[in-house]
Amino acid sequence: MSDEQIKNLEEQFEARIARDEKIEPKDWMPEKYRQTHIRQMSQHAHSEIVGMLPEGNWITRAPSLRRKVALLAKVQDEAGHGLYLYSATETLGISRDEMYEQLHTGKAKYSSIFNYPTITWADMGAIGWLVDGAAIINQVPLCNTSYGPYARAMIRVCKEESFHQRQGFEIMLKLCNGTPEQKEMAQDALNRWWWPSLMMLGPTDAESIHTEQSMKWKLKRKSNDDLRQQFIDQTVPQADILGLTIPDQDLKWNEERGSYDFGEIDWDEFWQVVKGHGPMNRERMKARVGAWERGEWVRDAAMAYVEKKQERKEKQAV
Amino acid sequence: MSIDRDEIEISLKARCEAIRKVSIEVNMKNENLYNYILGIADNSLILGQRMGELCGHGPTLETDIACTNISLDLFGQVRSYFQYASKIAGDGRTEDDIAMLRKEREYINVLLVEQPNTDFAYTMARQFLFDVYHLAFLVELQKSADLTLSAIASKSIKEVSYHERFSSDWVKRLGDGTEESNTKMQEAIDALWTYTDELFHQTEADKAMVAEGIGVDVTKLKDSYYRHVSELLEEATLQVPESKYFQKGGKEGIHTEHLGYMLAELQYMQRTYPNMEW
Ligand SMILES: [Fe+2]
Ligand SMILES: [Fe+2]
Ligand SMILES: [Fe+2]
Repeated sequence: MSDEQIKNLEEQFEARIARDEKIEPKDWMPEKYRQTHIRQMSQHAHSEIVGMLPEGNWITRAPSLRRKVALLAKVQDEAGHGLYLYSATETLGISRDEMYEQLHTGKAKYSSIFNYPTITWADMGAIGWLVDGAAIINQVPLCNTSYGPYARAMIRVCKEESFHQRQGFEIMLKLCNGTPEQKEMAQDALNRWWWPSLMMLGPTDAESIHTEQSMKWKLKRKSNDDLRQQFIDQTVPQADILGLTIPDQDLKWNEERGSYDFGEIDWDEFWQVVKGHGPMNRERMKARVGAWERGEWVRDAAMAYVEKKQERKEKQAV
Repeated sequence: MSIDRDEIEISLKARCEAIRKVSIEVNMKNENLYNYILGIADNSLILGQRMGELCGHGPTLETDIACTNISLDLFGQVRSYFQYASKIAGDGRTEDDIAMLRKEREYINVLLVEQPNTDFAYTMARQFLFDVYHLAFLVELQKSADLTLSAIASKSIKEVSYHERFSSDWVKRLGDGTEESNTKMQEAIDALWTYTDELFHQTEADKAMVAEGIGVDVTKLKDSYYRHVSELLEEATLQVPESKYFQKGGKEGIHTEHLGYMLAELQYMQRTYPNMEW
């Protein structure tokens, strides 16, 4: 193809997106579009899978059978999200094994929030309420993103994430209506998860790269700072219902803006965790890589079994 | 007409005695039923707990989802059983009290289900050896004269047939996969075989409930169990273990050393924060 032809295709492509048409796997797409989507979608898939670990940490210790069942179901949902996101990403011409490889070598990232430890039961509440809550704010706009398979996966994922968020809030509510010890546990969890949840919405607009292109492709519809403000405005009244205090002395309703003002985020901490030096980065990767390596003989066996079966079938056919 | 006070007293005494007898019988029956339910539910509880340990650590995402799902099904069943047991106990003990506040010697699951997740072969072998029993057991429990138990059985059969298919498929894949997987699966089957016989032992509660038409006579399931398991192992190119030495004790609350650690996790919250709601 000549440069002229490519330019033409690109123009048509951008026009389709502008008309709100979906791009499907068989459609022509610019290489950059493909690569950007592989990066973002696989990162999202990895986040779902790594995200199973901090919550999986409490399955054997859940305080009641009802909570245990709900937690198992939640973690299973997250695995399901990972599964459809990997499948959606595969439509762009990358295999799941390649994506795993990128995760295991550190080439691909996952959401930094999962590099914090879950140390009390209240963390199961705080994660559902805040982390799934922030994830929804990030993801709802993606239900209308330009790449068809991603948009469709997001519609399904978002439904379940809002269920998780309600479930997390309900865990917190139960603690806050419980004994002083339980309420203290809830406050402590909020103290530890609040700032990392704000960081989940990404670096401030001044430091954020790729935004303009992503806006055009509807991979992003609002800036990180707008999303963060939306999250805070939505969450503060919920903390009031719980009777918990947001750990930010500068948090204050701003009548003029119709929004909450809030304090400075510790971006040094954010970048430290992103770069792999958070409290649990090593452990999370060790768990994922370990599961993959310990599973190798199992996957090999499954493959060998299918091949043997196929061979036998062919022999019988002869 | 004159009323003889002595006669009245005698007849009252006789009635009281009769009522006392009946209530002892009812209590005995309830106690047997309660223990019978525990015997069923503890297996699901402890196996569910074991499967829950694996969440996020499986060899593939699909097996991870399946193992979590098995755990979820088992705990769902546990809740139905213990909610019923709580009603029978009638003393305010909740499903969680029954699940999480007993002493180690009061858990009566079979030893098989508490064996650790040594590797994926052990996990699938344990699941398979239990599922084949579990499915056959539930098919019979469906016929129970106790309508609650038969309803729980009917509901669980669908789930457990899926478990049985999943674990059988993995026994075949690993047995007839590579040399390495065959060795590992054989080792797991050999190690766990010793815990299979206990599945067919009867407790006092079992016998009493069988007599009432409520319980399943597990001794009658034994032959077809070993036939089915052996056939599948052969199909999977695995050796059927010949050892005739079996372990028992779980049903009397005498466990392997593994159970105590499992209970430490299972009971952690209930023990650390007593009398709270979650
Ligand atoms: Fe997500
Ligand atoms: Fe998710
Ligand atoms: Fe979620």
